[in-house]
Amino acid sequence: MNDITTDSRQEATPERDFSALDPGSALSKHPPGSEFRYEAPSRDQLSTLATGAGMVILGLGIAQLLAPRQVARSTGIHAHPSLVRASGALSVASAVNILNKGRPAPLGLARLACVGLELTLLARSAMHAGSSGRRSRLALTGAGVATAAMLDMSAALAQTARQTMGERSTESGAMAVEKCITVNKSPEECYRFWREFDRFPEFMEHLEEVSKVNDTRSHWKAKAPIGSSVEWDADITADQPGELLAWHSAEGADVDNGGTVRFERAPGGRGTIVRVEMQYKPPGGKAGALVARLFGENPLQQMDADLRRFKQLIETGEITTTEGQSSGPRSTMVKLIKKGVPG
Amino acid sequence: MRALCWHGAKDVRVDNVPDPKILNPRDAILKITSTAICGSDLHLYDGYIPTMEKGDILGHEFMGEVVELGSAVTNLKIGDRVVVPFPIACGNCYFCEEQQHSLCENSNPNAAMAEKMWGHSPAGIFGYSHLTGGYAGGQAEYVRVPYADVGPIRVPDGLDDEKVLFLSDILPTGYMAAENCDIRPGHVVAVWGCGPVGQFAIQSAYLLGAERVIAIDRFPERLRMAREVSRAETINYEEVNVLDALKTITGGRGPDACIDAVGMEAHGVGLVGAYDRVKQAMMLETERPNALREALMACRNGGVVSIPGVYGGFLDKMPIGSFMNRSLTLKTGQTHVQRYLKPLLDRVQAGEIDPSVIITHRMPLEQAPDAYRMFRDKQDECVKVVLKP
Repeated sequence: MNDITTDSRQEATPERDFSALDPGSALSKHPPGSEFRYEAPSRDQLSTLATGAGMVILGLGIAQLLAPRQVARSTGIHAHPSLVRASGALSVASAVNILNKGRPAPLGLARLACVGLELTLLARSAMHAGSSGRRSRLALTGAGVATAAMLDMSAALAQTARQTMGERSTESGAMAVEKCITVNKSPEECYRFWREFDRFPEFMEHLEEVSKVNDTRSHWKAKAPIGSSVEWDADITADQPGELLAWHSAEGADVDNGGTVRFERAPGGRGTIVRVEMQYKPPGGKAGALVARLFGENPLQQMDADLRRFKQLIETGEITTTEGQSSGPRSTMVKLIKKGVPG
Repeated sequence: MRALCWHGAKDVRVDNVPDPKILNPRDAILKITSTAICGSDLHLYDGYIPTMEKGDILGHEFMGEVVELGSAVTNLKIGDRVVVPFPIACGNCYFCEEQQHSLCENSNPNAAMAEKMWGHSPAGIFGYSHLTGGYAGGQAEYVRVPYADVGPIRVPDGLDDEKVLFLSDILPTGYMAAENCDIRPGHVVAVWGCGPVGQFAIQSAYLLGAERVIAIDRFPERLRMAREVSRAETINYEEVNVLDALKTITGGRGPDACIDAVGMEAHGVGLVGAYDRVKQAMMLETERPNALREALMACRNGGVVSIPGVYGGFLDKMPIGSFMNRSLTLKTGQTHVQRYLKPLLDRVQAGEIDPSVIITHRMPLEQAPDAYRMFRDKQDECVKVVLKP
């Protein structure tokens, strides 16, 4: 059965320094021959959001500490300077906590206490506000405190959220999407299916056509938003029969993209774990990716659906569907928004 | 064709819909000869299963005659009389090879949706919400059967529809519920719910060697059927405290195994019953798990609790302390019907089981909406309705 020999393997994969590739890519992290090991993504980077929130809150805190009377006057707060200083101290503590990525955790309470104290001061001042000028200043201050609290909260949520797998940007600025599925076929059978790129459009919804140019180069045609299409050439960059396949778009492609698929024997020999990573540099960078997401193009969901179809196709010979089945009258709402509902 | 469609909670109608078509090479189209309403259809009827859409065709217990075949189905021919299992299974994936067909990895086209709700996706099911595939069901004149080379079983001409129809779901479901109890000779089994699955669970428990089976319900006609047809001792839970009664019957130890053949819409008594109704209405829990709670408390130390009853989401006040401290085992699952078809058909043919004894009503498909109402409200001593298109 196995028609791929060791010789062709050496031909297809010349000696190559995989670590020289995009350092974030699956291929450089797990070069051919190495074993996949789960690795939690790092959460050591401070997000732009947290940095911004931290700096703003730090500035406000210092102002409250150094010039409590002026701050009280300009914000319309009616309170003893020592209370304003206390609020300043809590703000500084909050900022330190935010900028230190939420550590130490108990200091996070200062963030709560800070918002609490500021709201109390605001409420008390509002009760004693005489002039309308004072009231409008208080309203502005209230809006400011609410905005800072929201920034603080979203930074806190982001800092404590558990990392999910799947989608990230690599160090060279490409978007990378990863997904895996277990298939009840041998690694060799899965490899052969993927090596024939021309079958990709059968299970990858966005592809229209993939044709072979020569043994390592293929021509790809994909559907793009608003009924247009994009075309490019791709070269195989690594080929380890039964183990791994990598490809990358050739020079001059509209969208610089590439992918790696590795075939691992599943635990207990129960089929194959197929792990796919695709990278692409979206036109317009990250902003472009965000815009695409707004139009319902979620690359992770797309890859998930594509992999399920691949599994159905290789295991059962067909793609499971209910599209075109009978149904009773659907509601107008469903017809409009749920294009997935069959019938 | 005519088909029973879901229009909303407590609103089902027989509509004119397009005839089904072959969509894949392994499909078949059946002309339905008999179909039944399942107790679990009532959860759809009452609107407790999420992801139903107006226009969905219901029905997962059906049989009929093959009228059209996809190009890849070679084991059936036009005119064959077949019964179809309610879970759809491809026969090729890991779980199908393990004979766990209701966990088929390929038959649910909405698997991603099910994963969000349940962590992982089970198999597709006919006429049972979009979480399990959104497949058109068989309470209709015709139905499309995917993976028809795996599920349907041919039935001999000598056997009436009524003798074999329930192979599609409730007979194997009652049987698997009893099999999950690890019954050994001399065991005592208690069954909550004397509906069709409960009746078959009682009968199967005896077939598998139980010495005594105790059945629990509140409807006199169902308790009578449990006593007279399925040969169980019975407890009316509205009249006596079930835990007390079971302790008395079993000499204080409790039944060796307990079966919850009720599921998510259990009728609660007293304060706890009211508590669950309020929480379910406020969508704070999706289930009213009274039977399950009682089964967990009643089971003997180290015993097995088996759940054939359907649950959809989240429950609370689960006596997990009782479960852990008393070394109980919980077994459950949608029935792997494909695995039981042949052995149970053999038992039916040999006369060991007569599934038709539970049928109380036979009605034309056109009257299905009335049948749903009657079955839901347990009017006219209704236990099982068979519909004829």
